[in-house]
Amino acid sequence: MTHPTTTVLARYAEGGHGLDDAALWSIEVHLDACANCRESLAAKATPATTDLLDRVAVSLGQAIEASPSPTRQRTPAAAVHRRWLAWTLLPWLAVTVAVLGCGVLLDSAEPSLPSLVLLLAPVAPLPGVAVAWSRRTDPAWELIATTPAAGLAMVLRRTLAVLVVVLPALLVAGVSTGTSLALTLLPCLAFTGATLVLGALVGVRRAAIGLAVVWSAAVLLPSVAAQSLSPVLQPGSTADWVVATVALAAITPLAATHFRRLTSGN
Amino acid sequence: MRAVRAAETAPTLHPWLVHAKELRVRADRHLAVDGLDLTLTAGVHGVLGPNGAGKTTLMRALSTVVKPAGGSLTLLGAQVDGRADLREVRRKLGYLPQEFGFYPRFTVREFIAYMAWLKEMPKTAIPDAVQRAIDRVGLTTKADARMKTLSGGMLRRAGIAQAIVNDPELLLLDEPTVGLDPEQRLDFRDLLRDLGADSCVLVSTHLVEDVVAACTDVILMNEGRLLFQGTPDDLIARGGQGDAGDSPAERGYSALLRRHRSNA
Ligand SMILES: [Zn+2]
Repeated sequence: MTHPTTTVLARYAEGGHGLDDAALWSIEVHLDACANCRESLAAKATPATTDLLDRVAVSLGQAIEASPSPTRQRTPAAAVHRRWLAWTLLPWLAVTVAVLGCGVLLDSAEPSLPSLVLLLAPVAPLPGVAVAWSRRTDPAWELIATTPAAGLAMVLRRTLAVLVVVLPALLVAGVSTGTSLALTLLPCLAFTGATLVLGALVGVRRAAIGLAVVWSAAVLLPSVAAQSLSPVLQPGSTADWVVATVALAAITPLAATHFRRLTSGN
Repeated sequence: MRAVRAAETAPTLHPWLVHAKELRVRADRHLAVDGLDLTLTAGVHGVLGPNGAGKTTLMRALSTVVKPAGGSLTLLGAQVDGRADLREVRRKLGYLPQEFGFYPRFTVREFIAYMAWLKEMPKTAIPDAVQRAIDRVGLTTKADARMKTLSGGMLRRAGIAQAIVNDPELLLLDEPTVGLDPEQRLDFRDLLRDLGADSCVLVSTHLVEDVVAACTDVILMNEGRLLFQGTPDDLIARGGQGDAGDSPAERGYSALLRRHRSNA
């Protein structure tokens, strides 16, 4: 590196008289990179320059003090969205939990009747799952559907948010009424999986409504009418529910391609 | 000014950024886009056409929201019809739907940052990119206002900001000037020219004047097909004194439609 001579630097410090543009630029470029020359330049600064620099420093200090301090990036957008999702799901989850609560009360009041907690467990997650992935509840649906993040992973995350509330509620209901925990939780998981698999083909909302109707017509209402629990919820069917749950969980990833687009049933 | 990425100067293997062949797209039950052939390169392309011509359905197909019912569609060199993985293309996409849905309780900044996050931008790049997008659409003073407090024109600009936050290579704007006052429309035209310099911008609009003023290319659609593609000057040249319209471009627009209808 060739450093500018002391005379050249002194002339630069006095305002650069007698130096052509090309020379001035090359000195500036050099000063940018060379701390030594900056130091010797500072030593050669004229009183007028030092005075100016002092004034700039003082007013800059005042301006910085007067202006608001830079805020840190507040809550990240993903966290804000989680809050939105929670608010959207909350009413539906509250209703689900309330209905389960009524089931518990009826079960303890009329132990001779078939357990309502068992009968309601499979459909308990369905309202939440339908709402979590629906263009009716998510105003930015069309935008979100065009982003790389849209797809099965997003659906699963939202479904998990529903299960985080519904599963503990079912657990408490099952324990307090003394019903089989396996027959409470497994059908809940199996129906959640079935909603997603079927939802890949016809839309999650339609799938949830369809499954709820089928369950009510085939098991829930007949059990209540006959005052005896349907065979599909008798202790002997636990193994079948395990198989169904595992099978549906295994199929769900295969449905991934169907969740990339806007399906009319959601 | 922005830094040029290596990927942008690398030669591309695909001559067209958008290539549709015999494209058919359903809206509800009927085919709103029916046998469309279209090739687009970088620049600003204005999509014109009467109501029901299939403009919005075309935009939705290009945004990968809806799957084409037939034909082939290639975006940025990647096939997007059928069951293709869309992640890679979607990262380079910006989209403003005709009905722009938003979260009323989010601030402008939160909403755009959320969209940037969904577009899988690097976390450290998001705050600066969000600020830049907000500045470019002129919403700097409203950056921390809640979305529900914004006027129609401001919402539209917030919509444009979320579309451009990831510096998309393919930008789709469906009726972006709705609700903008005349001065904002002029600013928007400048922004369009700027964006069109290094990406492919598609603007669907019913305002012929916006297209003539800001687009390098005019696309006229009718009944789901391409009726005309050319420069704004070509469009103007099609019009005669006897055609309906207040400007040369409007006369060209109505002349093209009239000629097509009398042939059909
Ligand atoms: Zn030096």
